[in-house]
Amino acid sequence: MNKIELKNIKLSYGSNVIINDFSIDISEGEIIGIVGPSGCGKTTLMRALCGLKNPDQGEIYVNGIPYFSKAQHVNIPPENRNIGIVFQDYAVWPHLTVEENVAYPLKKRKKPTAEIKESVHHALTQVSMLGYEKYMPSQLSGGQQQRVAIARALTSSKDIIIMDEPITNLDAKLREGMLVEIRLMQQRLGSTIIYVTHDQEAALQLCDRVVIMDNKGNISQIGTDEDIIGNPANRFVFKFIGVSNFIPVCKKKDGYYLHLDNDYLYSKSEPKGWIEGEAEMGIRPMDIIFDPKGLVEAVITQGVFLGDMYNYFITIGDREYRVQRSTLDSLDGHDYKVGEKIHVSFLNEKYYPTEAE
Amino acid sequence: MLMFDRKNKDLRRMEGKKLNIDTVMTVLCFVLLIIVAICPVGMIVYNACWDTTTNTLDLAMFKEVLLQKENIGAMKNTIVIGFMTTLIATLIGVFFAWLLGRSDIPMKGTMRWLFKIPFMIPPFLGAMAWDIMFSARGGYVNRWFMSTFGLEKPPFNVNTVIGIIIVEAIYMFPFVYNQVVAALERMDPTLEESARIAGAKQMYVITRITLPLVVPAISSGMLLVLITSLANYGIPSMLGFSAKIYTLPTRITERMEAANGSFIGIRQATILSILLIIVVGIALIMQNRLLNVGRYDIIKGKSMRPTLIKLRKAKYPLLIFSMLFLVIVVLAPLAMIIITSFLKAYGLPIRLENFSLKNYHEIFFRNNTVATAAKNSLFLGFSAGFICLFLGVMLSFVIYKVKPKGRGLLEFMAVLPYSLPGTVLAIGCILAWSGAFKINLYNTIWIILIAYAARYLSYTLKSCSASLQQVHPSLEEASRMCGASRLQSLTDVTMPLIKPAMISSFFLVFLPAMRELTTSVLLVGPKSKTLGVTIYQYRAGGHISTASALAVVTIAIIMICNAVIGQIVKDRKGI
Repeated sequence: MNKIELKNIKLSYGSNVIINDFSIDISEGEIIGIVGPSGCGKTTLMRALCGLKNPDQGEIYVNGIPYFSKAQHVNIPPENRNIGIVFQDYAVWPHLTVEENVAYPLKKRKKPTAEIKESVHHALTQVSMLGYEKYMPSQLSGGQQQRVAIARALTSSKDIIIMDEPITNLDAKLREGMLVEIRLMQQRLGSTIIYVTHDQEAALQLCDRVVIMDNKGNISQIGTDEDIIGNPANRFVFKFIGVSNFIPVCKKKDGYYLHLDNDYLYSKSEPKGWIEGEAEMGIRPMDIIFDPKGLVEAVITQGVFLGDMYNYFITIGDREYRVQRSTLDSLDGHDYKVGEKIHVSFLNEKYYPTEAE
Repeated sequence: MLMFDRKNKDLRRMEGKKLNIDTVMTVLCFVLLIIVAICPVGMIVYNACWDTTTNTLDLAMFKEVLLQKENIGAMKNTIVIGFMTTLIATLIGVFFAWLLGRSDIPMKGTMRWLFKIPFMIPPFLGAMAWDIMFSARGGYVNRWFMSTFGLEKPPFNVNTVIGIIIVEAIYMFPFVYNQVVAALERMDPTLEESARIAGAKQMYVITRITLPLVVPAISSGMLLVLITSLANYGIPSMLGFSAKIYTLPTRITERMEAANGSFIGIRQATILSILLIIVVGIALIMQNRLLNVGRYDIIKGKSMRPTLIKLRKAKYPLLIFSMLFLVIVVLAPLAMIIITSFLKAYGLPIRLENFSLKNYHEIFFRNNTVATAAKNSLFLGFSAGFICLFLGVMLSFVIYKVKPKGRGLLEFMAVLPYSLPGTVLAIGCILAWSGAFKINLYNTIWIILIAYAARYLSYTLKSCSASLQQVHPSLEEASRMCGASRLQSLTDVTMPLIKPAMISSFFLVFLPAMRELTTSVLLVGPKSKTLGVTIYQYRAGGHISTASALAVVTIAIIMICNAVIGQIVKDRKGI
């Protein structure tokens, strides 16, 4: 029973509106990612869920119980909300030992000593930090402090855990390991985890569902990783989740053209997903294909071998675009050289109305 | 269910209707600061401008007081002494800072240790020692010169404006020294090295590269000296009274004592106080400007090891010179006081047969002075320390965490009494707390306590708020999320984290309160004499050797406290 509902939440600092109208249902036992660029209001939203910041309007329910509702005159104080949180900067108390840090939530809830001891042991096992009970936080590495913070969130609540950028401060290898551990831990405990980050890759890798927020704090898309990668809802999502090229396009009588310094024909039949009006084609570097039968002519300006792939820059008309070819594809026996003229075609392209950058 | 029981309470809190801990503290801060800061200042302005006998606004007295010959002289002396002291203290301070910070002179440890002594000896006791040595009427050094060289007249006279300047400079140059030595130690040595590589000579590098880079540190030290000197009471009163040399603070105190409660006298003192506030205020504004301009970025926060400049041939002459200087200005006065304290009577030649323990017997057993004064001073030191600590923590919490409207005003009120010269603050307290608001604390120890609390509050506020700003809000929020109430997160997380700052700020108040003179000299009653005032009164009554004995005891108490504090602070560093 760890269902969370946020209804029409509006948040602001003074006259500066951070989040205008945010609603989401989070089901129990789900790992949900809240992803968006820095400063989009993710953290503020989580603070509202915790009760550390009061929304201007809207309602928050957990398992059907109102936590915040102006209409019903309810605002449960943070200490009674029973939500565990891992802060971005860990917030491990530097004056307490690892054990005291992790035991604190249980002491505040006046649990018997034996139970506290057992829970602390259990929580530290979950994050593989057994044996560090008597250490002070200053004696631990960043990654270890992170685990202590997670253990403390676990003793605070096993039902709902919020993780706010929990791995941004770790190095790449630790990050990978931490994501796996979070997933395993969720499977063992069945907690609902809200994972807040600006790192879309980590979120897509870890979460069951991901909420993509734009700069203005609006929800751009909610969906599984396949949804979001396969069908980005708009230009913002397309751009946010990976490296992207945008090429202006237009329609003429005899076909479909890239609309650059000149118009270059690239398709005679209507492409999938075509929209009317001023539009741009969004395309990933992997989806621009070196294809002798392609209609568009391009020149290679740069090529770098990256191990598993080649990274090229090509110019079409007066613009430069990025292309990636996997090393396997490059085994076709043709060695592309800088300055060489080639033909390209496009795969899986998406069409979005033109937006000012 | 628990959650539903809380409904209405939470709503009231949400709409700000409930009296919560934040509101209580904010209101308390305003009330207390109005009592300790605004009342005294307000009373001074009120009494200076308002003739209570006729109940009319009266500004004519300003003109009268300002044009009095003695007052003009006092003002002139204050400014001359202030500026000359600043100049000399700066020269000495910069010289020693460079010598210890950047040269390869030996015995740096000893010298650094010697520099700490002037901080421990109250300056007025130093002035007393200088008076014993160099007073024109029978100073021991003067007498030695006269008998040895057969001089007719004493060669030195410390009871002059120049004497006051020199003694003040000696006790204030550490301000400049400390600032500059810190800046020199943080300076990037490559700046100097690149000048040398470019072909500049040693002297050129010192004058054109090093000095300009530490100019901000020098000027902030200079202003500190200037402000301290302008408001100083102890030294000019010890050295100047006998020769009728007055500065504004001593003149104010003299007026206050001469007035003996008469209304005209008090008004004259308040008008002079306003004058002093203006003079010191100008220096304070300059200081603020300077601090806001900031420092050069080239002085970095991270510590570096500057290359030491080789003194070569100048090394030993400079060493002898500096050791001699330090011994004369630091150790000689101390030795003089100790010797005098054992003399049967002041003025007797320094010979073994004239030594006795009579003075110590007197103060310890005959009239109980030490016990009373030490008890009063300790009581004042501890209570002022605790009050300032409590107020300082609460204020910094309100200003930096609760952030109510008008927090700028709170901060201003807290720092206001500190910017007032001690003499002025004392007069303000007398005016405010001898019946004006139906409370009469005059002649009791409580009026001194209020004055100390007001005067030293900014020490604890600064130290605690600096520490509190280091406590990231997420640490407190984390404890809320773990089930702690607002108050519990304060006591479980915030307070333990700023504990080291709280302990050291307590002693920042306790130590100066132990040796305070300027404020208490105006506020003591027959039963509330402090150590400083008791020494001062013994000396004013001519019992110089008794005063010296008490001075020795006082210095001993201060040094013991210092050692204890050093130990405590060292132990706490681990947190």
